[in-house]
Amino acid sequence: MATDSLNNMPGNDVPPILEARHLTLSWDGGAHVVVRDISLEVGESEVVCLVGKSGCGKTTILHALSGLTAPIEGQVLLRGADISGRPGKVSYMLQKDLLIPSKRIIDNVCLPLVIKGAPRKDAREIAAPLFERFDLAGTEQKWPSQLSGGMRQRAAFLRTYLQGNEVALLDEPFSALDAITRVDLRSWYCDMARDLGLASVVITHDVDEAVSMADRIYVLSGTPRAGVPTTVAGVVNVRREQAMAQAGVDDFALTPSYVACKRQVLELLG
Amino acid sequence: MATADDRSMHTPDGTSHANAAAGPTRARRIAVPAITVAVLLVAWEIVVRAGMVPNFLLPSPTQVVAALVGDSALLASHAGTTLVESALGLVIGVAVGFVAAVLMDRFETIYLALDPLITISQTIPTVAIAPLLVLWFGYGLAPKVILIVLTTFFPVAVSLASGFRSTDPDMIDLMRTMGASDLQIFLQVKLPGSLEQFFSGLRISATYAIVGAVISEWLGGFSGLGVYMTRVRKSFAYDRMFAVIILISVLSLALMRLVDLLERVSMPWKQEEGK
Repeated sequence: MATDSLNNMPGNDVPPILEARHLTLSWDGGAHVVVRDISLEVGESEVVCLVGKSGCGKTTILHALSGLTAPIEGQVLLRGADISGRPGKVSYMLQKDLLIPSKRIIDNVCLPLVIKGAPRKDAREIAAPLFERFDLAGTEQKWPSQLSGGMRQRAAFLRTYLQGNEVALLDEPFSALDAITRVDLRSWYCDMARDLGLASVVITHDVDEAVSMADRIYVLSGTPRAGVPTTVAGVVNVRREQAMAQAGVDDFALTPSYVACKRQVLELLG
Repeated sequence: MATADDRSMHTPDGTSHANAAAGPTRARRIAVPAITVAVLLVAWEIVVRAGMVPNFLLPSPTQVVAALVGDSALLASHAGTTLVESALGLVIGVAVGFVAAVLMDRFETIYLALDPLITISQTIPTVAIAPLLVLWFGYGLAPKVILIVLTTFFPVAVSLASGFRSTDPDMIDLMRTMGASDLQIFLQVKLPGSLEQFFSGLRISATYAIVGAVISEWLGGFSGLGVYMTRVRKSFAYDRMFAVIILISVLSLALMRLVDLLERVSMPWKQEEGK
């Protein structure tokens, strides 16, 4: 079977780009521990999914990885450098596209460049050629309200990409979309992220989404509100290419490995 | 790439829904109130001409129009004074309101300190404070402008402060992950995001500005629609009284329309959202 056994750590010899070491996180400065002793690794161009039930602290972990909040214990390392509590080193994309209604799409996606001090004209020149690649050609001068949900999310992804970081954190990025758009967009995202060499950490509570997208799935378990801090229940490595080659199909969802991965994740979730 | 985006934008009966949601047509929106006003004016004219109300107490609409036309040069000169006072007071009031809102957003202590004071300041009746201002600052421009500033800064400060505070915290987090400074978050997100609330406040302030100027002129001054109003009241010229009331309404409405126009120019994306 192409899927690794439970609690396997990634069998990747390449050093990770982003690494969380023994993170313990709290909502209120230490009194209430939400996440205890979590470690995870993200390699180059990898898609890593964090799966857990609602309220288990997935967004809290992403906030810590982004530097928006500092862990009470542990470290977040980007290529070995400690970035704990220092935002701006990794990109972040949320469930809501958060496009600014008062800015045209071109200016929305240019925002990270403008924030870094690029003149508006230069920023537009950098962003404009990417519109076609992101399936956004012709939307440059439109307002966000003129775009469909899927297009808005692609624009948000282009903005995330233009932050120029090696790692993107995605907080349930497709959950606000309708089912068909969601499936289309997540396969589009995986292809684009690999093309661009962007490593991703995606949080989701949709097991199918995690198995479809991820190279590795960290299954989280715990109920912080009931006083049980969240920990990593297990890690599932997804060997998509090998599974498709073995099964002789070009859709991972049709392989026995897909079902096995899904079962493992569900078992770990309890 | 063909995605479902485009498919999700269309529904088989989308057009009929759009028409149902559009409400009355533009012609109907104009015609219905216009006819209502016309009917009321005709009824008023009939009531006065039939002698149901003594003419010295209530002039007829035609008499009011005659007074408006007859006194137009004098009214224009008084209106000029009132407009200058209103504009000056409004500009300063909006500036003070803007600065207060920014400070309240930036420093929580200032918010906690000013919030109750601003609310209390609005419970003081304008007519009560106006004589004090005349006493302190004389009959010139200063007391009138100060009164207008006091009445116009409040709607702007409150609506802007509320706009700033209602900024989506996720948006602020996202900006911080981009490495944005507080100033950049303010300029790129908070300020444009609060424009709608700002214009709601400004629209109210604009009407307060004209009324505030007239009230302050009642209590003393050499020129202005309030001064004119006091004079015609003392001479029992009620046709002119009605004429000046109409003029004040027209000026207030014109100022509100100007604010609407400014809003449309400043927020072009709102036009698209409505489509």
